[in-house]
Formats: sequence, structure tokens, C-alpha cells
Amino acid sequence: MATVNMLFAGFGGQGILFAGKFLAYKGLIEGKQVSWLPSYGPEMRGGTANCSVILSDAPIGSPIVDKPDVLIAMNLPSLDKYENSVVPGGKIFVDSTLIGRKVERTDVEVFYIPASGLASEKNIKTLANMIITGKVIKEVSEIGSDNLEAALNKVISARHQDMLKYNLDALNIGAEL
Amino acid sequence: MSDMVLMKGNEAIAEAAIKAGCRHYFGYPITPQTEVAAYMSKRMPKIGGVFLQAESEVAAINMVIGVASTGKRVMTSSSSPGISLKSEGISYLAGCDLPALVVNVQRGGPGLGGIQPSQSDYWQAVKGGSHGDFHNIVLAPASVQEMASLTVKGFELADKYRMVSMILADGTMGQMMEPVSLDIESTYSVKKPWAVTGTKGERQHNIVNSLFLQPEELEQKNFERYERYKLIEANEAMYEEYLMEDAEICVVAFGITSRVAKNAINEARKQGIKVGLIRPITLWPFPKAALLKAADKCKAFISVEMNMGQMIEDIELSIRCKKEVHLCCRTGGMIPSPEQVLAKIIEVDSKEA
Repeated sequence: MATVNMLFAGFGGQGILFAGKFLAYKGLIEGKQVSWLPSYGPEMRGGTANCSVILSDAPIGSPIVDKPDVLIAMNLPSLDKYENSVVPGGKIFVDSTLIGRKVERTDVEVFYIPASGLASEKNIKTLANMIITGKVIKEVSEIGSDNLEAALNKVISARHQDMLKYNLDALNIGAEL
Repeated sequence: MSDMVLMKGNEAIAEAAIKAGCRHYFGYPITPQTEVAAYMSKRMPKIGGVFLQAESEVAAINMVIGVASTGKRVMTSSSSPGISLKSEGISYLAGCDLPALVVNVQRGGPGLGGIQPSQSDYWQAVKGGSHGDFHNIVLAPASVQEMASLTVKGFELADKYRMVSMILADGTMGQMMEPVSLDIESTYSVKKPWAVTGTKGERQHNIVNSLFLQPEELEQKNFERYERYKLIEANEAMYEEYLMEDAEICVVAFGITSRVAKNAINEARKQGIKVGLIRPITLWPFPKAALLKAADKCKAFISVEMNMGQMIEDIELSIRCKKEVHLCCRTGGMIPSPEQVLAKIIEVDSKEA
């Protein structure tokens, strides 16, 4: 693995920052260099929220991901805004429950995941983020599928430990798609 | 790696301050530094410390003056407009020769500006930033680890020289998370016989004051302070050199822009351009000697900043205008991209060929 530059984007409340933090912690546990940079400010409230996550074997220069290898788009404004920034040959993960249109680029690999629909169906409505992350882990081989529970333990606070099981379930649902 | 944790830069500053023995924090919320105050509000009550959200920035800095007078390690934090409000108190701290740590997690300006990251308070920070003849020590972290380590260093330097240390960060450094080791402590301590702690009938009163109506006396105070500043300039400048051994172009950048510059430098090296980086870690004292040395072997300098080129003046003074200093900048809350910096490196390389 050299470096994976990821951009998670959606609207506030979808767990965009949480999903990024989870993968950053997973990288940390595995001894990788990691950085996590959120958008902040008024756009987080109802508008777009995003975070840059970099996993690398080498020291990380700029923590800002403006040319992602991997884009996770969980609402239409995010896909509109970032589709063209993905590097050729990169991967785009689309929550197809919430985004009606298709990706126009032909030089990238696209995965349509009805994450929000599946989350409602499985009664884990707040975990569409982790369903899509499960799929990301499966398709982006550099990330690897070890240490999922250990990383979840780091990002789920002590008083929400009951959510750990549901997060693992969501990751598994994504991985089986 | 087991002792590494993921933390926001703002939180790392707060935890490092506690590790350094700071038990008094006074602040007022402002984006993008509010996590410092939030973290302190959770931690301080648990360790017998004081967290106080003051009614304003002005009140907070005056509370800092009070605690600093007693010789305890004390801090406040804010972002650009809030630092301007604190500037009167910062001058009083200088006038009273009191040690304290002030954190500025910069946002775009002037005025109320915006809330996105910026380095536009460079002049304010390195030139004292308030009325009177004085300097602050200014530290510019470029990683979450340095947000922690320079906080500890800041308290130590403040104590050593009886003056304000300022952490000059920006919204990116404050908001980003990176692995950080908090296995840090402050090993430096100094006696503070000047502190106002009660005489217990055993000594003369100590007086902490910045009012000197006799000009002869005030002049002596300023002379004495500048003797200390000379020592600081001689002994405390810190910087990092990156790929400077054979560099023909020297990029100068601090904080977040130094990291963007490293990406660009790596790309330029792949294209065969001999370019390196000098990253000032202390902005005051400015690492003049390192830059002057570079001026003898480099053909040009590029200053990469998130302002309209405020640091260029310090670079030109340091290198005594021996070489041209080019500017690559964004402002108002925008961050230069590695591509922008690379384009500037290529342009300067061909121009100076």
C-alpha cells in the first residue's frame, strides 16, 4: 500500500465524520500513517459535511484531499461537487437510495449501494454510513478487512457500546453486496 | 504504536497544557478553536483545575494576567478576531513581564472575516501585536504532535524568559486529527521569586505592574527586556530543513502550508528540480541564520503563505535581499493546492535558470 486518499461527503447527521474516523482509527491500529480532516462551520448544519481521510505507509504531507482515489457520496450535492475531482481510475461509492442520477465519468469505477434503503429495511436507519463503508473496505483492497471491531471500539464512546454490534452488522451487510 | 491516539489539534493543545502543569484556563468560544475550551471544560474539574468561560475575550485575558501574577502556568485560546480583543491584555502581560500561553487558531480576516483557515495574523503575532515595545515568542506547529509538543515548549519558554508564548496555528491544524503521543511532560521549571503569593510576613511585597511614569525607569525596563530578546534570538530559533542539502530553490512555509509545500516539492524533485524547504517552527525568533545560509547557495526563494505575503519581509531581511523572494499564496480562508505550489516552483526555476 502506498497511499489512499479518501473523501467522505454527504449531509450533516449521516455519520460522514464518524465513518472517516473509524477508518482512520483502523489505520492507526495497523501502524499506518493517518490523517482525518473535517469540513467545519455552517455547512455542517443541513448542508454538506465532508472529511478527508488519508491512509499511508509514508509520512503524510497535506491532509487535504482534493483529488480523491476514493469518493463516498451520500447525497446529490456531494456527487455534483466532487465527481470531477476523483483521479482517473479511482472509485466512487454512491448511496443510490438518495442519489437518483448515475455517475457521468467513464474513467472511474462506480459502485451503487442502496445504503439508506438497506439501513431502513434492516432497522438500523442511522447506519447507512457503515453499510457503504463495509462495501468500501471490500472493494478498496489497500484498506484491508482486519481490526474492524477494535477500530469500532475506539470510535464508539463507552456509553454507546450497545451500538457496536449494529455497526458490525452494517459493515457486514455492505461487505456482502 | 500502542500509546498513539487520534486527536484533533485543538484537543492535543488542551491535553498537552494539562500535562505541562497548566491548571487554569480562561476562554471564550470562537470557531475554529472551540474544542480547546470544550476539552478543558471536561478535564479541568476532574483534576482540580479551573476552567472558566469568561464573559468576553477581554475578561479572559485579564484573568490570565491575574493567575500569571501568582506564578502559575495559565493559558487562554481564541481565533483571530478574539486575539485582537485580547491584545491589550497581551501588552500588559509584556509590560508586567508575566509568563503565559496564548493560542491563536487563525481564521480568515480582516474584521470578523470568515471561519476557514488562514495565516493572516502573522504580522500581528510576530511584531508583538499590541501597543508598546515588545515581542512574544511565536510557535508555529505543523502537525497534531507539534500542537502538543510546542504547547509544552511554549509554557517552558514563557517561564524561562517571563513573557508571552503564542501558538500560531490555523483552522486546519486545529480541526484535523492525526496520531499523537501524549507521553510528554514538562521537565523545565524555574523559581518565580517575583510571584504575588502572599508575604506571610517574611519578605517585602512583590509588585506586578506595567505603569512606570518616570521615563528613565520605563526606558531601563525596555532595555532590560531587549537584552532578554537578544538571548532568545541567539538561542531559541527552531526550524526544520527538508531536502535542502542540494537545493537551488528554497521554499519557506510554516504550519499547514509547509505540508502542502512538501507534496509539491516531492513532485518537483521527480521532475528534476532541486528544491527544498525551510520550515520556521519559531516565527519569532525567526530562523534568520538558516535562511541567510541558504541565500548563499540557492538562486531564489518562494514564500508559501495563507495571507498576502506577510512573511516575505522577514525572509528578505534574513537573507539581506541577496536573492529574490517570490510569493505563492491564497487568502481569505482558502488553502493553496500542491499543484499551485508546484506551478510556482516550475515558473521560478525556469525564470532563474
